Amino acid sequence: MPNLILISTLSMAGLGFILGGGLVIASKKFAVENDPRIDEVLGALPGANCGACGFPGCSGLAKAIVEGKAPANGCVVGGQNVAKKVASIMGMSDAGASADRKIARVLCQGGKAEARLKADYHGVKSCRAASMVNGGPKGCPYACIGFGDCAGVCPFDAITMSENGLPVIDEEKCTGCGLCVKECPKSVIALTPEKNEVHVRCRATLKGKDTRAVCDVGCIACKKCEKECPFDAIHVVNNVAVIDYEKCRNCMKCVEACPTKTITAAFTERKKAVIDDKCIGCTICAKNCPANAITGEVKKKHAVNQELCIGCSICEEKCPKGAITMVRNGQKANNHCASCNAAK
Amino acid sequence: MLKELFFIIVSSVLVNNFVFSRFLGNCPFLGVSSKTETAVGMGMATTFVLTMTAVAAYFIQHYILMPFGLAPFLQIVSFILVIASLVQLVEMVVLKISPALYNAFGIYLPLITTNCIVLAVALLIPLKNYNLIESTIFGLGAGLGFTLALILMSGIREDMEFGDVPDALKGPAIVFITAGLLAMIFLGFAGLVPL
Repeated sequence: MPNLILISTLSMAGLGFILGGGLVIASKKFAVENDPRIDEVLGALPGANCGACGFPGCSGLAKAIVEGKAPANGCVVGGQNVAKKVASIMGMSDAGASADRKIARVLCQGGKAEARLKADYHGVKSCRAASMVNGGPKGCPYACIGFGDCAGVCPFDAITMSENGLPVIDEEKCTGCGLCVKECPKSVIALTPEKNEVHVRCRATLKGKDTRAVCDVGCIACKKCEKECPFDAIHVVNNVAVIDYEKCRNCMKCVEACPTKTITAAFTERKKAVIDDKCIGCTICAKNCPANAITGEVKKKHAVNQELCIGCSICEEKCPKGAITMVRNGQKANNHCASCNAAK
Repeated sequence: MLKELFFIIVSSVLVNNFVFSRFLGNCPFLGVSSKTETAVGMGMATTFVLTMTAVAAYFIQHYILMPFGLAPFLQIVSFILVIASLVQLVEMVVLKISPALYNAFGIYLPLITTNCIVLAVALLIPLKNYNLIESTIFGLGAGLGFTLALILMSGIREDMEFGDVPDALKGPAIVFITAGLLAMIFLGFAGLVPL
């Protein structure tokens, strides 16, 4: 009996070994010359197979990129990092790949506490279903319904629902794939450039009075932001303030002005200009400062009035000596320029 | 001798057609029979695998399993091993020779591994006590029978695209009914050869 076990084990092992060896030889002999770049590109892609690129899975996109049918930055999810990797594999310059990273942001603050309900909804717990019943339970027809369809569809677990019944997006985890944007029946989620910090968190085109009646934090179209903005970047269009993300410089003046706190930004992280010893007193910064926060005599080191500085970074760009750095609250001034930092 | 071989081939292609009489391999039969072109390709690939499997099964049965008395309990394991390797081989060859065919096969090429006709042929050979040539012919016949079934079905399905199929029967329903009718037609071959 032990003999039989031995024989059967050996014979099966031998058979497997012979067949396996045959397959190894065959795989060498019949090897298909695939473009090796396809595998490399596939390796660089995130591998989530989310389909946001419009191709069937990551391998589909990899093939399309190598065949030139898709751009190197075709992967929305991977963003700039992946685009750069792919571009270097394909031997393209980074220029084509450097798409600004976009992330999803929730443009509604009307949670349970702020937005009034017009009806009690007891149906299926899904935004899409609720929105079909007379536009949803909230008084504002543009409001977030709050059942979290977006959180359910997010493949990266970047969306959680707050106690207040609003989606909270983890900006680190968000990849900008846009699935939540498509899922939201109220279109309160939008893909916005990552660099933009100021957002009008309301899309209600109701008249000011009507908005006020249904929501504490809705835009009432008072146009105060429009008047405050030094860069002509915010306008009230169709009863709701809209930010031109190209023009906005994150100065947050509109946030200060907004009476309903509809416009939001991380105030604690507001940037402040700091002038270091490289300043030669050319006064260019002082002339360009929209807030008149910079003072100083000609040929003497200038100073920034931190109270007045709005953090628009214009002085930083205008300074011919690179003497100005923008510092976020809590960060220490970095007196070195980018290139010498890199050289370290 | 020649007469017996002829009987075997007629039996495995028509009388005991693996799809229509034994009802084996229905998954690829229904899956790949929507276009004649792919049906022919799939039939060819399966025929190749079947013939090779028949030969391999004969050798394994007579030179490994029987001498050591392993046949009663290692038959299925060893045959599955051989079938899996052969399918891998066919996959490589097809990918090399015709990438278009490879794409057309899609999931069905690896599915030959789990095509029960292949295992059935391997298991039937020892049961029927065929010799090497008979085994080869039996495998070939099984493959041809499967190809015939696929081509018949795909021809009908291609024509059916233009037919006025009742709404309720559209899609898989009418295909199953057609397959059943075909199987009944093949019953007519019963008794054609003494096997």
